[in-house]
This record gives sequence, structure tokens and C-alpha cells, in this order.
Amino acid sequence: MDILLLLVWIVILFIVVMLHVAYATYFERKIIGHMQVRLGPMRVGWHGLLQPIADGIKSFFKEDIIPENADRPIFLAAPIICLAAMLTSLAVLPFAKGWVLADIDIGLLFIFAMSSLASYGVVLAGWSSNSKYSFLGGMRSMAQVISYEISMGLSLVGVMLLSGSLNLSAIVEAQGDRFLGMYILPQCIGFFVFFVSMLAETNRVPFDLPEAETELVSGYCTEYSGMRYAIFFMAEYIGMMVMASIATICFLGGWHGPFPVPFFPPLWFVLKVYLFMFVFIWLRATLPRYRYDQLMGLGWKVLIPLALVNIVLTACLKAVFTLGG
Amino acid sequence: MSRPVTKHLEIPAADGDGERYSLRMGPQHPATHGVLRVDLELDGETIVTCTPQVGYLHRGIEKLAENKTYAQSLILTDRLDYIAAMANNVGYCVAVERLLSISVPLRAKYIRTMVAEMSRICSHLLWLATHALDIGAMTVFLYCFREREILLDLFEELCGARLTFSYPRIGGVRQDVTAGFIAELQRFLDIFPARIEEYETLIDTNRIWLKRTVGIGRVTGGEALSLGLTGACLRGSGIDYDIRKHQPYDAYDLVDFEVPLGNDGDIYARYRCRMEELHQSARIIQQCIDRLPPGPIVGPDTPDLVMPNKAPARFQAETAAYGTGLVKLIRDQNLYLAGDVYVATEAPKGELGFYFVSDGNNRPYRMHIRSPSFIHIGALAAIAKGEMIADLIANIGSLDVVLGESDR
Repeated sequence: MDILLLLVWIVILFIVVMLHVAYATYFERKIIGHMQVRLGPMRVGWHGLLQPIADGIKSFFKEDIIPENADRPIFLAAPIICLAAMLTSLAVLPFAKGWVLADIDIGLLFIFAMSSLASYGVVLAGWSSNSKYSFLGGMRSMAQVISYEISMGLSLVGVMLLSGSLNLSAIVEAQGDRFLGMYILPQCIGFFVFFVSMLAETNRVPFDLPEAETELVSGYCTEYSGMRYAIFFMAEYIGMMVMASIATICFLGGWHGPFPVPFFPPLWFVLKVYLFMFVFIWLRATLPRYRYDQLMGLGWKVLIPLALVNIVLTACLKAVFTLGG
Repeated sequence: MSRPVTKHLEIPAADGDGERYSLRMGPQHPATHGVLRVDLELDGETIVTCTPQVGYLHRGIEKLAENKTYAQSLILTDRLDYIAAMANNVGYCVAVERLLSISVPLRAKYIRTMVAEMSRICSHLLWLATHALDIGAMTVFLYCFREREILLDLFEELCGARLTFSYPRIGGVRQDVTAGFIAELQRFLDIFPARIEEYETLIDTNRIWLKRTVGIGRVTGGEALSLGLTGACLRGSGIDYDIRKHQPYDAYDLVDFEVPLGNDGDIYARYRCRMEELHQSARIIQQCIDRLPPGPIVGPDTPDLVMPNKAPARFQAETAAYGTGLVKLIRDQNLYLAGDVYVATEAPKGELGFYFVSDGNNRPYRMHIRSPSFIHIGALAAIAKGEMIADLIANIGSLDVVLGESDR
């Protein structure tokens, strides 16, 4: 019975997230459109509201082209790996108190593991396409994910030290529902490092090198078309949402807000995630793109040392306060 | 990309020269601005050799011109640098006028200067838009197109075309400007400086933009000269050479403007040069509006174009014998003297030269076009060597090439 209920919850979450992804693309196109003195989608439905649905149908019926010389099994599996890894990480996110599919104690590590797995999809896609652009995109992605995973993990060590837990619900609870309890204040360095790494981890501007359109055509997904391309797209947007959720949970106090919402407890959580999504989009409209070596330089020479300093500072302060208190 | 020959990519060796591989970028690639093909040999992402290949847009314009009268060839020049067709038209007309010793009335000179500078602004806006887009700054692209649209609308009002104008004619211009056109242009000039600032706030001091442009694609003054760079690419390296200033044509000796110079010769210097040129072009247009004298727009000794049936009776027979179409030069044959002439004008992309060899016929024996894009593409190999793929894209954007002009 429990399992049946869990399955129902999984299906509901899946549907909600998929709709979210669809409308995140709409949200992005509209916001960027208005930032760029144009209107964005306007034709399908009122103010283009049905555009995501139309896009979905279109990509579903597009011809599925597999290059003749591609490594077929891997080529087919790569998008699925990406999407599955991203969807799996949704399981441990607490959307509100008790609104979590799997309340496991290693939640934070689990998310890291999954986002690393997703990068396998990208690398394999680049490798199996047997195209040099895809290959370069895959290589860039590999290097980028490896180096930014480190700074991201290190940036969250401060949060772990403060909350004393890796359980995402426990991290939220440790911050309490006061504004000053949010870890963004004591962990401002950690938040900065996390935020930058988060952009790199999700391949967003200014770190969208793996799919840098003007250099690598479309990077690792150059040879993909139709629904398989759409799956990469969905995985990227789910990745954005997962990372925004982690930022919300670890730094902005999760589902806590100025006042509790009676019927829909995750409201504050969702609003905070939207805030991050908006910043993602805003940055895309504003910033140029880093060069490959500059990106690595930033990761290894700036972010990782900063994160290490943050760990030492946090640990010292915590020791002082614990001993003093 | 062409079909891969091998079943799988070869796994690069861990060290040594085995890591090199070749990448054919273009002719269909989002950042090669048309149909430029660049054959790269790469070591990781570093460029070992870079070989630009042109010719995908070859239409034989120089050959076509040999079979057309001087006036008829004007429309071919629209198809050279289609981003700044007006500047090509003006350059062609200036060259033919020099060849045939035709004088141009002052009003026409001012109007031509005005439209050529409008064309320069159009071209520079498109350059900035695509250059920024290549580096990843997407919004600048659409901001630039917003202003370019105003200018294209103005061109449309002036001559009915938005891309291929053929507005100047040998010895003058085709139609006179209207008061409404001048008023609209004035309105554009009033808002334009603020708009330039808007682009600059987005990218000028942006740390990522600076990282991508400062010190990248560096060309010293001497190298720039030996590579044959002209226009902003040469001035970015600190060489003061602007044909508008040093061999003035049209009304350029009657207006005040400065030639912006850079020092470093890198992408950022070329970027700053062109941004300053936007201001200077606006300044020239303003002066043309203010000083526009009354008078005719076509000179008296212009080899005119008429419909064959409207030609005077004594030319009718000749027109019928000529039999190629609607237009016919109705000047005496002795207008066309044998000889050759090279006339260069400052097009937005650099020195645009027309070289004519005339055998005394009403058609050129040979027309050669010295197009800045062709020479800049040739310089790409030297500039991009040793840099990364991402820099190659920035360099292509910075050299501001257009393939219609390069391939002719």
C-alpha cells in the first residue's frame, strides 16, 4: 500500500516537474524577449501561453535522426542518462515540511552524485556522436563539471558545518523560520561560490561553453534532433531547478517564509526557486561567455581557494561560538 | 560537416604531436558570418594552423561588369558588401566619375556623404551586434538591430529599398531628399548617442567582455600594414590612415570629423575604434544636414540613363541595335577614353578600391575590386595562430568580414 502511494506521488511529482520545465522555457523566452525589446512567443494561445505545448508536440513528431557512424547504443542512451539522473535527484528535495519522497540522511551527497552522473550523459553524447563539435562539447563539459563540482561541494561544507547534517530537511529546520537564520548571511562567501558553480554546473551563461553556439554549433547535442534533443533540453532545465532548489534549501531557508501559507505549504519554496530561475535568465540576457581556459582559471584559482577559506573561517567561528556559548 | 571517414574518432595520444586533429569550421557554421570556411588544425582547443577558404559566394561580379555599361554595373556593387551597399555604390560612382572626369554638384556630394555615413552606422551596428553575439552577449544584438531598423526605414523612404539601394548614380544621386526624411534623420541623430552609451554600458566595462577581448588577436602597426589591413582594423593598431581624411572624396573635405585611433591593436582596440566611429559618423551626418546646399542633384555631363523609347531620335537606332534592355547610356562615345584608374574609398570595413581598365568603350575592359574583407580574411591565419577556438570566433567578428565582398 505504501509503495502504491509512493508511486502515485512519484507520478504527480513527475507531471508537475515536466509542466514546470515546459513553462520554464516559456518564462525564459518571455523574460529574455522583454529584456531585448521584443515580445517573445505571441502566436500560440494568448500571449503565446500554449507555445511550450506546441514545441513539445513538434519535437515529438520530428524525425529522429541518428548519424550513420554514431555509436548507436551509447548515442541512444546518453539523453536518457541525463534525464534520469536529473529526475532522480528530485526525490530527495523537500518542497515543504514532510513534502519529500525520500527523506534520506545523505540528501546533499545524493544530489551531487546525481548531477555528476548527468554529466556522463553529456560526455557520452559528445563521444558517441562521432562529430568533432560534439566531441569538443563533451570534453569541455567533462572538464567544467569536474572542476566546478569540487568548488560546489566545498562551498556547501560551511552549510554542513553550521547545520550539522546532510539531510536537506534538517538543513532547512536548522535555519529556523527567522529571516536572520538564513545561511546566506553567515555563509555569504559560500553562497557566492555556490552560485557561480551552480551556473557552471547547469551550463548556463556565462559558462555555457559545452554548447557554445557560436563556437561549437551546438556542442554535445549538435547531432541530436527531435525528441532526443528535447530530452537534453528538459534535463538542463530540471538541472536548473534542482540547483535552484539546493540554493534555496541551503541558503534561503527552504520552505520557511514570513508567514505560513495554509493550503499550499511549498509556496515560499517555489517562489524562492523562481527567484533563482529569474536570475539565471537575467544573466543570460546580460553576460557574454567565458573562454574555456578562463573558466578553468576562475574555477581553480578563485572559487576553490575561496571555498577553502570559507570552510576554515566557518569552522573557527563555530568552534569559538560553541566553546564560548 | 562532411561525412566522417573513420568509424570512430581516434583517441588522441596522451602526449606529443598525436594530439593534433583537424576541424573544418564552416562554410555552414553559426559564427562564420556567411559562408567562410576555416580549416583548422588543433591541439586540444589551441589553433596550430588556420587556413581560411573563400569562394563559396563567388558570383563573378568583376566579369559581369565587363559586359555591362558603367551605369548598369552599379547594381552589382549592391551585392558586394550587402550590409553597407550604399558605401559600395558611392565608392563605385566616385571611381567611375574619376575615370570619366565627371563633376558632381555640391548638393549631391553632401547627400552622398550623408548616406555613406548612414551606411557606415548600419554596418558598424551589424558588426557590433554579431560580434557581441559571437562572444555570447545576446542582448546587444537586438539593441543594435533596433537602431539599424530606423536607418533601414530611412533608406526605404529615400529610395524604396532596404538592402540593395543603387541610390547614388554616376554624377549625382537618383532622387532628392525630402524634408520629411531630413526630419526623421534628425530625430535618429538626437537619440543615437544615448543608444551608443546603452551598448557600452552592457559590454564596455564588463569583466568577461574585457577578458575575451583585451590582448586577444593582437596586431602591431607594422604587422597590420604588411598584412594589408585597412579601416578600423588598421586604425586599432595605431596607424592613422583614413581615406576620407587623407584623400577626400565627395564632401569629406568640407566636414569636420576625427579619425579615432587605438594603441594596442587587439580586439578591444578595434572595438573601441568602431564605437568612436559611430559617434564621428553621426557628427558627419549632422553637419551634412546643417549645410545641405540647394541645387541640382545630378551634374550636367552625366552619362544618363533613359528608357530606350525616350531617348532622342538620333540615338534610337543605336539603342535598337544595342538591344539588351531598358537602359542605355546616351552619351557620345568620345566620353570614354582609354586608360586605367584606381580609386579607393573608405568603406565601413576598410579600403574599398575600384580599378578600371578602359579601352574607350562604354564598358570597362576590366574591373577589379579591392575588397577589404578579402584581405582581412587573408590576415586571419596570421592573427588567429596560437590562440584558441573561442578567440578565432572573436577575431573573425573583430575583423568584420562580409563574404559577399570577399568572394565577389
